[in-house]
Formats: sequence, structure tokens, C-alpha cells
Amino acid sequence: MSETGSTNFPLKMSTALPNRAAMSSAAEMAGQSKKVVTRELDFFYGIHQALYNISLDIPEHRVTALIGPSGCGKSTFLRCLNRMNDMIDGINVRGEVLLDGINIYHRGTDVVELRKRVGMVFQKSNPFPKSIYENVAYGPRVAGVRQRSVLDEMVEKCLRQSALWDEVQNRLNDSALQLSGGQQQRLCIARALATSPEVLLMDEPASALDPKSTAAIEELIFDLKATYTIVIVTHNMQQAARVSDQTAFFYEGHLIEVGATNEIFTNPLEKQTEDYITGRFG
Amino acid sequence: MSLTNGPHGRPYAKLASRMFALFCAGATWLCVTILMLLLWNVVSYGWDSLSWEYINRFPSRFAEKAGIKPALVGSLYLIGLTALFSVPIGVGTAIYLEEYAPKNRWRTIVQINIANLAGVPSIVYGILGLGLFVRAMQLNRSLMAGALTLTLVVLPIVILAAQESLRAVPSTIRQASYALGATRWQTVWCQLLPAALPGIMTGVILALSRALGEAAPLVAIGAATYVRFLPEDIVNDEFTALPLQIYTWTDQPQKGFHEVAAAGIVVLLVVLICINALAVILRYRFSKNKQ
Repeated sequence: MSETGSTNFPLKMSTALPNRAAMSSAAEMAGQSKKVVTRELDFFYGIHQALYNISLDIPEHRVTALIGPSGCGKSTFLRCLNRMNDMIDGINVRGEVLLDGINIYHRGTDVVELRKRVGMVFQKSNPFPKSIYENVAYGPRVAGVRQRSVLDEMVEKCLRQSALWDEVQNRLNDSALQLSGGQQQRLCIARALATSPEVLLMDEPASALDPKSTAAIEELIFDLKATYTIVIVTHNMQQAARVSDQTAFFYEGHLIEVGATNEIFTNPLEKQTEDYITGRFG
Repeated sequence: MSLTNGPHGRPYAKLASRMFALFCAGATWLCVTILMLLLWNVVSYGWDSLSWEYINRFPSRFAEKAGIKPALVGSLYLIGLTALFSVPIGVGTAIYLEEYAPKNRWRTIVQINIANLAGVPSIVYGILGLGLFVRAMQLNRSLMAGALTLTLVVLPIVILAAQESLRAVPSTIRQASYALGATRWQTVWCQLLPAALPGIMTGVILALSRALGEAAPLVAIGAATYVRFLPEDIVNDEFTALPLQIYTWTDQPQKGFHEVAAAGIVVLLVVLICINALAVILRYRFSKNKQ
């Protein structure tokens, strides 16, 4: 599909964003403080450049969806925001990622501290092979919380937030691996919430789940944005349209268009965006 | 296409499949049969010499009075000390190589060297032990020198096994831990080691089984073959070990000693089986906790 797609239209990679999108985005988010801002972000795996000159504002207490075909760089971009890419050998980052105005790629950054503030939920649910309780308590524990009562409270709060409490409250000491796929993913969300992050990054959190679990996760995202700033990567157009306030379309490492979700989906400025959204390629 | 073997099917595929299965089963049975014959031979040969007194007696010039006590105690000391030295060093090395070391040429060289060291004949380690521990460090022919030499023999095995089981921990676990703001130390200690523990233990037990059966390096460092006391001081007293004692007895011209040696082999096998059983039990308990 993507091959025919890329021959269908000439690649027009504008480095400057379309005016309307920037404007309407600004209008939409007026008075909305920018939680995360990237400035001219380039990313390289060895000599292969995966991201080109990405400048994107992520407003606080909103859901930002990153969409685009496989390999377009949206996951790479997401992992730049909490420096999870650091774990890969031979990467190179240029440009800035500002969290509350402070560049996280500045040399003195404490990556451990950063990841407590910017939590992450992965595509495939990856609970630790431990009890449900220990999964959620791991974040606070590594942060130095020892008191049992504090941990208990934290675990309950996070499991309630992730809408899992009612299902697991009587078996907190059972292995997390006994939960269903959807429950495991909600557990991973609870686990991420337990470090009290400010930003929550979600890398296709529902792609491996059945429709019912997906609906539960989407509802959850809707509830969580009151407290957290959420960035979600998704392959599912309907999902992006349902859960997000702002949508950014990536293609081959470039940020093609960004704007309020309803505008991106009803009236995209770029032909590439329209083609992708209407399912003509990708 | 019909599901029965029609003229268009591959008539030989089924036959080949069956032949292969037969071959594999044959290979298995061959191994088991040889092992059984060997066991039968040893047990029947040494059965008459086996007794509580045999286990509880010191060696003697007379075959009918010879016992295996110092060798048995020496071997138990040896594997205990070897485990004490090789586990921290081996697991530490594995953790460093897998989790900390940058993946560069230097690491590759170290890695290849460790793999090669696993294949070095144990007598070579014995000679090294003689020069390094017995002479240079002046540990003499003590348990300490023996255990350190055996540590050299088994270290590569422990390192490789520990590396293998660390590598088998899914990278998603690592990522999840780091994404929650865990440090490298916390990730290793709280997630990777517990997950890799059953595999590491299997490797350690295998390594210790090897250490238990090694005679050559002990011969090289000049461990005693006729000891009439139990080792009390691990850095001064002389010692002997099961394989060494067995080897010495089989070298005697008298038939009586050959029977005593066979009994010694049975004792060695029983110790081995005990260690392996312990490993199975521990493994089971650890993996049960995980599920």
C-alpha cells in the first residue's frame, strides 16, 4: 500500500508547517500552557536519519495523537520525549526537547528523574513477573518509598485511576501474568501512574487488544487527561479522532501537519494527510 | 487435493519423517543404554566394598581397610569454596558484560576469550594454579589453592550461563523498569537477576558438577592422594578429593583397590545426583514464586 501511495503523489516535504494549522492550533490552545516543546529535533540511528527538524508543541492536560504509516518516526519521536532512545547504541539527537521550558537533552539532565516525570506505556503490555501489587508499587519503591501504608494507598489510587481496582482488589498478591491482555495493559498504565508523572507517553497502547478492552483504555485516556498530559501513538484513525485534542501527522520522518484533531480529520491542509486519513495509503 | 497420500503427494516425506524420528529415538536409547551398562558395571564391581565404614574410614595400604572419608570431605569443601568464589565473580562478570559494558570491540574480544577459555583443557588451569596459587601466593597444596584452581576451570561456564540467562530476560522488562525511573542498579537487582536466577543456578550447578569430577587440575597442583586426617585449616592442610582418590586407587595393581575405586565412583555419583536434585528443587521453588 505505502509503495503505491508514495508513487501516487510527489513527496512534498515542507519544513515550515502550514499556516492555518499553526494558527488554529494556537487559537485552540490559547491560554493553554505548553508542557513539552520540541525545537528542530533531528534524530539518527547511526547514519540513518529517522526524524527531520520536528518542531511540535504539546499542550498541557490535552491528548496529542501522533499518526502516520509504519516507520514514519512517530514512535521514535515519542521515545525522544523521555529519552528511552538512549538505551539504543549509536543514536544521535540534535535540536531541543523542552519540558516546562528546560531542555531534557541538556548535558546535566538526570534521566532517571526525567522518566519519573514522563511516564510511558508500551505497545505490548509488559508487566513484571511479580504480583499485581508489586508491579504498581515498583515505581514508588525505586523512588525510595518504603512505608507500607503509603505504598498501599498509592497502589489503590493508581489501580482505581486505571479502572482495574474492582477487578483485582481481592487478588493483589496474584501474579500479574494471570491477568487478561486488557487487564495487563491497564495494570501497566496504573504502574506508570504510580510514579506520579506529569506527562504520559503511550505507544499504541491498545493495538494488541480486543475492542472491549480498547474501549476501556480509551475511556481511561479521556479521564486521565484532566490530571496528565498525554501523547499517544496510534495506527487507528478512529481512535485518534475519538481520544485526542491535537493530532500530528508524521510521514517518513517529517512532521507534515499538526492541528486540532477535528480540523485535521475534517479539513486537512496537506494532501498527504488527507490521503492517509482517508485510507488511500499507509 | 485429497488428504490421503495421493500420487501428487510426496511419498518419501512421510518415510523420511518416520526414519528421522527413529534415528533420534535410537540415539537417545543408545546413550541411556551405555550409561546404564556403565552404572551397572561400576555398582556391581564396587557393591561389596560399599558400607558405612567405607564412607567413614581413612585410606589404607590394605584395600579391605581403605575408606573414602577424607576424599569425600575434601570434595565437599572444594565445591563449597569453588561456588563461593565462582558465583560472585562469574555473575558479576556476566552482569557487567550484558548490562554495563559498551558494545564495542573491546567487549567482543573479552567475550571471545571467555568462550575460548571454556574450552581450555583443565590441566592447563592446573599448571596455572600451581604457578599462581601454590607457588606465587604460597597457598601450598591446600584446599584454598585447589578451590581457586577449580574456580578458574568453571568460571567461563558460570559466566556464559549467566550471560545466556540474562540475555533471555525479555527486553520489555528492562524497558519497563527504566521507563519507571529505575536506575541501572535497581533494574539489575530488582528485575533482571530474579528473572535470570533459575538459569544462572542451572549454570552454576553444571559448573559445580564439573568441578566435582575434575582430577587433572588437582593432580597438577600436587594435591595429596593419601591423607589420613580431615582438613581443618583450608589454607595450610593438605587435602584430597574424590576423583583424585579414585584415580589413585585404579592405578594400584591389586584388584581389591579396583573394587574400592568402583565404590568411590558410586559415592561420587551419589553426591552429583544430590547436587542436581537440589538444583531441580530450587529451580522449581523459584519459578513457582514467579508465576
